Amino acid sequence: MGEQLIMDNKERFLKLSGLEPLVVTPESNFINVGERTNVAGSKKFLRLIKEERYDEALEVARHQVEGGAQIIDINMDDGLIDGKEAMVKYLNLVIAEPDIARVPIMIDSSKWDIIEAGLQVVQGKCVVNSISLKEGKEEFVHHAKLIKRYGAAVIVMAFDEVGQADNYDRRIEISKRSYDILVDEVGFPAEDIIFDLNIFPVATGMEEHKRNALDFIEATKWVRENLPYCSVSGGVSNVSFSFRGNNPVREAMHSVFLFHAIKAGMNMGIVNPALLEVYDDIPKDLLEHVEDVVLNRRDDATERLLDFAESVVGKAKESKVDLSWREEPLQNRITRALVKGIDQYIEEDVEEARQAADKPIEVIEGNLMTGMNVVGDLFGSGKMFLPQVVKSARVMKKAVAYLLPYIEEEKLKGPQGDNGASSGAAGKILMATVKGDVHDIGKNIVSVVLACNNYEIVDLGVMVPPEKIINAAIENEVDIVGLSGLITPSLDEMVFLAKEMERQNFKVPLLIGGATTSKAHTAVKIDPQYSSAVVHVNDASRAVTVVGDLLQKETSNKYKENLKLDYETFRDKFLKRTKKKEYKSILAARENKFTIDWSNTQISTPRTLGVQIIEEFELQKLVPYIDWSPFFRSWDLHGKYPDILEDKVVGTQATELFADAQSMLQELVSGKKLKAKAVFGLFPANSVATDDIQISKGDENYVFRTLRQQLQRREGVPDYALADFIAPKDSGVQDYMGCFCVSTGFGTKALAEAYEKNLDDYSAIMVKALADRLAEAFAEYLHKEVRTKHWGYAVNEALSNEELIQESYKGIRPAPGYPACPDHLEKLTIWDVLQVEEHIGVQLTESLAMWPAASVSGYYFGNPEARYFGLGKIKEDQVADFAARKGIPVEEATKWLAPNIADD
Amino acid sequence: MPNIEEILEERILVLDGAMGTMLQRYKFTEEDFRGARFADWEHPLQGNNDLLSLTQPEAIAEVHRKYFAAGADIVETNTFSGTTIAMADYHMESLVYELNYESARIAKTVAQEFTAKEPHKPRFVAGSIGPTNKTASMSPDVNDPGFRAVSFDELRIAYKEQVEALLDGGADLLLVETIFDTLNAKAALFAIEEVKEERNLKVPVMVSGTITDASGRTLSGQTAEAFLISISHIPLLSVGFNCALGASQLVPHLEVVSAKSQYAISAHPNAGLPNAFGEYDETPEQMAAQIKEYVEKGLVNIVGGCCGTTPEHISAIAAVVSGVTPRQLLVRG
Repeated sequence: MGEQLIMDNKERFLKLSGLEPLVVTPESNFINVGERTNVAGSKKFLRLIKEERYDEALEVARHQVEGGAQIIDINMDDGLIDGKEAMVKYLNLVIAEPDIARVPIMIDSSKWDIIEAGLQVVQGKCVVNSISLKEGKEEFVHHAKLIKRYGAAVIVMAFDEVGQADNYDRRIEISKRSYDILVDEVGFPAEDIIFDLNIFPVATGMEEHKRNALDFIEATKWVRENLPYCSVSGGVSNVSFSFRGNNPVREAMHSVFLFHAIKAGMNMGIVNPALLEVYDDIPKDLLEHVEDVVLNRRDDATERLLDFAESVVGKAKESKVDLSWREEPLQNRITRALVKGIDQYIEEDVEEARQAADKPIEVIEGNLMTGMNVVGDLFGSGKMFLPQVVKSARVMKKAVAYLLPYIEEEKLKGPQGDNGASSGAAGKILMATVKGDVHDIGKNIVSVVLACNNYEIVDLGVMVPPEKIINAAIENEVDIVGLSGLITPSLDEMVFLAKEMERQNFKVPLLIGGATTSKAHTAVKIDPQYSSAVVHVNDASRAVTVVGDLLQKETSNKYKENLKLDYETFRDKFLKRTKKKEYKSILAARENKFTIDWSNTQISTPRTLGVQIIEEFELQKLVPYIDWSPFFRSWDLHGKYPDILEDKVVGTQATELFADAQSMLQELVSGKKLKAKAVFGLFPANSVATDDIQISKGDENYVFRTLRQQLQRREGVPDYALADFIAPKDSGVQDYMGCFCVSTGFGTKALAEAYEKNLDDYSAIMVKALADRLAEAFAEYLHKEVRTKHWGYAVNEALSNEELIQESYKGIRPAPGYPACPDHLEKLTIWDVLQVEEHIGVQLTESLAMWPAASVSGYYFGNPEARYFGLGKIKEDQVADFAARKGIPVEEATKWLAPNIADD
Repeated sequence: MPNIEEILEERILVLDGAMGTMLQRYKFTEEDFRGARFADWEHPLQGNNDLLSLTQPEAIAEVHRKYFAAGADIVETNTFSGTTIAMADYHMESLVYELNYESARIAKTVAQEFTAKEPHKPRFVAGSIGPTNKTASMSPDVNDPGFRAVSFDELRIAYKEQVEALLDGGADLLLVETIFDTLNAKAALFAIEEVKEERNLKVPVMVSGTITDASGRTLSGQTAEAFLISISHIPLLSVGFNCALGASQLVPHLEVVSAKSQYAISAHPNAGLPNAFGEYDETPEQMAAQIKEYVEKGLVNIVGGCCGTTPEHISAIAAVVSGVTPRQLLVRG
């Protein structure tokens, strides 16, 4: 019997806390629990945690809190991650972010040790999600007692030794029993109990599911009336599961369900705000059909809603152009044109300003800079987003271009001593994508944003050799050198450049950016090579402040000193704290390889073996296969498509960007401005010597070398290599694999250059971003064709695009350079096998990046057991072994595998 | 002897003032700190005030006596740093049990003297449980926000040893105080609950947080109400604030917890804010006037002093609260 708290019954509310309190009173509105920080519910979050991209994972939490979540649910239950470690690490980081940690946390796991580890690191009063009588009373009581002692509230699932409650009576029976045990035997405060009464789908077509929503609602009412002070919660989207794909109906179902469940006493839950219609705004006929289903009002409710649903289509939002701003004073008009990115009237406005000014240069220094300062402030405070700023830059460039002839003229007649148009620039910055790398979207965005802030940019483009960077830096007397790169070999290039700059006595600061770079790599590998300042900058808004601080005359020395110190401390800490991870030998890892029972495996023989070429593919067919979420990400807009279009913070901007993308896409497709080409092949294959895959094309044999995980992990978890998914030669089973290269990049360069020439960086970046998406879509499309036709092991597959993006299909298509096979060298083998360059013209640079950039290459594995995994770090023994297998010097292997080799 | 819960319903109880301020008056040298027993200790010991319970027990008893004489109902044991974690600075982890046990015993002996003399005003000993010198929910390294210098379990184990020794030595109450990180306090409360369960006993527990600055938050970032919610899961005798601020700056935060808590409310502020020389210079009269405001607003049930306060302050405070109606507690049962 636990000690009871003495309570004033009037005050018995569920009270939770983060840095700030959350008190749930009868008057409180429905409490919305954010659940994007759940690896089981969000693919994106799972990926971020798996790849240890904790900074981005934190943004997911921040985004939810900013979007109005009053509690955040955190779940790390996934077979491939160490849930306890991930939970603790993530919570510790969340706690350090006051704007996230202000709300209470829901620690969500089916494993008690993860829950307890979470409870031990959070100071506020959390909610445990969840416990139940599933494993019996003893364990239930034990956990409840500890939860009480840790000071948390608890979600109790309607689940017992017999199973999950799926009707009204069972829900009541289990809730009552759980409540009595908790309150009477454990002394658990009743107000800290939250019941999850199981929301199940309706309109499934099954007779026994008809009362699912109604039983929940009625059980909720019973629980709130008979079990004093407790709360009721649930995951709402389950109810509409059978209408996936029809959002208007789903939204209506959620609203109807919530309307009735809240009336019955459901006071908190997990609801996606983007998938919720206002109850009163649901059209009467739809409302009636949905209520019939949710409340089970007629026998044919489901059929009627199904019929009706087909007529319900998404509503398009109308927009009207408001031109009243054209009546405002000149400066307001210029500022507005810059802020809104409207270039339609800029020349006439600038002309008006020029006529009013003494000198044309004053229009830049006055009117335009005033407007750009507003843009800078809005961007800096998070009220404007990247695509808008790039559009602003387009307007600015057009305005400046219009003025230039007048400025030149003025200079000719003007007095001596004026040192030219560049006098106004705040500093000169060299930007380059390093040798062997072709990716420049991020670099271009940073360049544009810096240019907006009055810096002069010397952009050397892509694949820039180090000597060219050095010479251009000297020649242009730049104030800062910025290096960008996306693929891993670029990291070494950056180190090399830092060394070279040091040798040549450079003093200007070095900026490092790009998807593959990190503060850790910059601090540990680059910073020590260069005695001047080195800064890692990975987003455009930070680039502006960093460059500003670096070039601020009065304070720059101090700032640089601090940077140096900061990176030194970071480096020391990083090297010290890097957890001593345990690795096994490559031999031991091979012993623990992933095994497939080949004698019981049905292997499909491909219908067509050998190499096939697609000379020119119709772009239109690729459009439905586009995964749009990464497109938004490339513009620093974070969120999942299509939800992002409705997002509270970036929704408007995302919608606008999406509209621009659609019209550009239309232009690219109908004008056939890009060429899509592909080459692929399927071949007889067997794994040999455990880690290699030998394939045969006619009489020739080729070998793909795969790499194997070596990190010591939990007992029972195999150490994967891609070769494990192919039958070994000595099994006597004939297996198959494929490889491919697709590109939609032909034409991108010319288009982008044309836009750039026209001072339209926005469109130039857009073309490249779309070409990247089309290439990914092409890879997705081709993979489907291979599965269903050319290989044909999944003839009956019918997956929606959403499911394709979620990779719900059988078989995988890992790409060299990505987590399962981070080694880029194998691309050379793919190029040999498929004669990629000869057939479709995609080339490999010296760093093994593909050119054109909008290209994707990889392997096909068809076994249903094949899965994506992350190689992680490997040890020298495997590097040496790999080098020997490949017949290259160990030094060369080390160079290519460097980012994946574990430090001792 | 009537229990403290009953007395709390009748009057405002007075807690003692600063121990450290009083010990400074003795001007103990390194040699005094060491005494004969630790003459050869390998590490410097000056400043280890808790150790004085072993090496200068008479001085400790004297300070307690002065506070009781000034009108305090409760004195705190000289154990603010009495955990293995805080004692690691002096390499005295192995002495933790003895330090706490002796400190409680000294205070208890003095309390019993006074209770015998004045049976109508029983005196109590609160075992002082400080925050330790590490924080469980903040990183000491700004570049590594996910790092923690101490874990919940390390704290729980350290606190448990302290709690057991304090109770063995005769502490009537436990006072978890100067809480700047709520997670540390939760580990202490967890340890207390474990000891209570293992020994099948009830012991009144006081909890006192610290609002560190004008932001109105604890060092670990919680508002007063969030702090209150985070520590209200076990039965407490009282909750309140001490240290960091002077009595007047504490008013808004006391108002919050007083309005939202069913527990008794305590306050033991500093003698004002430190002046330019780091000294506390609020006079007994000034401080008593501030405490009077608490009383008039009906905010408190237990008052005392923290840094810079002396028996003179406590005497002035005791005079202010004498005979007045305490903040209304809930009807019990």
